[in-house]
Amino acid sequence: MHEILTVLESDARATPERIAALTGIPEDEVRAAIAGWEADGVIRRYKTVVDRDRLGDTRVTAFVDVTVAPERGRGFDDVAERIARFREIRAVHLVSGAQDLRVEVEGSSMKEVADFVAQKLSGVDRVTATSTHFLLRRYKDDGQLLIDPEPDQRLSVMP
Amino acid sequence: MSPQKPLSRVVEAMPPSGIRKFFDLAQTMTGVITLGVGEPDFPTPWGVRESAIHALTRGATTYTGNSGLLELRELICADLEARHGLTYRPADECLVTSGVSEGLDLALRALLNPGDEVIVPEPSYVAYQPCVAFAGGVPVPVPADPAQGYRLDAERIAAAVTPRTKAVLFGSPSNPTGAAQSAEDLTALAALAAREDFWLVSDEIYDRLTYTGTHTSTAAVEGAWERTVLLNGFSKSYAMTGWRVGYVCAPEPVAALMHRIHQYTMLCAPHVSQVAAIEALKSADPDVTEMVADYDRRRRLFVKGLDELGLTCPEPGGAFYAFPSIRSSGLSSQDFAEQLLEEQKVAVVPGDVFGPSGEGHVRCSYATALPLLEQALERMGRFLEARR
Ligand SMILES: Cc1ncc(COP(=O)(O)O)c(C=O)c1O
Repeated sequence: MHEILTVLESDARATPERIAALTGIPEDEVRAAIAGWEADGVIRRYKTVVDRDRLGDTRVTAFVDVTVAPERGRGFDDVAERIARFREIRAVHLVSGAQDLRVEVEGSSMKEVADFVAQKLSGVDRVTATSTHFLLRRYKDDGQLLIDPEPDQRLSVMP
Repeated sequence: MSPQKPLSRVVEAMPPSGIRKFFDLAQTMTGVITLGVGEPDFPTPWGVRESAIHALTRGATTYTGNSGLLELRELICADLEARHGLTYRPADECLVTSGVSEGLDLALRALLNPGDEVIVPEPSYVAYQPCVAFAGGVPVPVPADPAQGYRLDAERIAAAVTPRTKAVLFGSPSNPTGAAQSAEDLTALAALAAREDFWLVSDEIYDRLTYTGTHTSTAAVEGAWERTVLLNGFSKSYAMTGWRVGYVCAPEPVAALMHRIHQYTMLCAPHVSQVAAIEALKSADPDVTEMVADYDRRRRLFVKGLDELGLTCPEPGGAFYAFPSIRSSGLSSQDFAEQLLEEQKVAVVPGDVFGPSGEGHVRCSYATALPLLEQALERMGRFLEARR
């Protein structure tokens, strides 16, 4: 059954008919499995991986390491959830190491991101420090290589 | 005066590979979708390539010992033990070669005396019969039955056995049919080999690429080990065709003879490729698993697509080939392949290059990206439509 998810993860537009042909699982079982996962929240949504550099998109991304004073009984959850709700925040992860949360912030300019970090993120209760790293170039995103594929050097007919 | 004495008669008598003609034709065209390639469309896993780059910076530029790096032979033997329950001594029953191609040549030269017969089930990989002849032997083709999924039928083989029969040479899973042989059929063959006293030369280069069951290694069946020469390599499973690295495992007396030929003719397999092979065995199995899953999806879609076009084939259990019958088109396999290439720019290999019993079939490799496979099916559909 996980075969179905493997296909969908590489092509969110694959139809149940196509998935059935690729996996050998009957089409109605494919439909039922997908419906089940959608209902359970295993499948969250269907997305497209865009190479923003190639598109000429000038949006700016920063990874921000956030140090948090945890709350008694709630740990990091409250703070993490409050941070996650900002529109500007693309991702929030609790990580091991010197800092606590690693978040991804997106904005239309460096200034916008800097203002967000300085005024909003660092002002969230229990955030005690931030350290911001601007993203310069993406080479691989979401498991997808964004560099040019290697040319196929195989000869066209071989034993 | 130019040289007058005849060149090697054995070699001159051997026709050039039938694949060559298609290759030359396809080379002159653009926009060809090729299902004619017998190698993975994946590049070698990056971790393996990194290890080789690193090895080059550290000086892996020399010869190695004739047998190959001991660490590699130890890993190979451990791998065969883990996957197939086979026991070979790294020291003197395992030899690292420049691909299965070299291993095949060594095996035949070590086994054959002039005039010895080698039974080759057909359709067969293009190199088998020429290599038998080059080693002084006589290839004896025995057609397998497509209706039985090209299974190795010990009875058919038995009918071809003579007092001169020295070996049966076959590949499982097979290039070109994709047929993977069952434990029962291999056991029956091993019993025949024991009764008639001949060797089994078993090319298992596609052993990791199986889809419908697990691979049975010939040497692992009852009574086979002491009369089996096992050929395998890294070209297909690990997408390492250009590295030229493989291995042979065999009981010590025959391994010693192969070693002797290899020592004089090859010295050793490429050093850096041996290092890459070590890394492949140590860390690339997850890459193989992913590639196999991908081939399997393509296999399903492609075989179903062929079937819908009336180009039926027994379900290929391994490798990355489908060998459909094209009889419904009314064309010979050469005509089919030639016209398909010219009209629809899809390259396939005519079945008769794998022996006369391959006539009426073409070999299609699904080591081809999914969107291209789908386009190829569409083009083949148009090709057949025009002939209705
Ligand atoms: C059945 C079979 N054996 C051997 C080979 C050659 O393998 P290698 O690259 O290890 O020489 C091939 C390659 O096409 C093959 O299909």
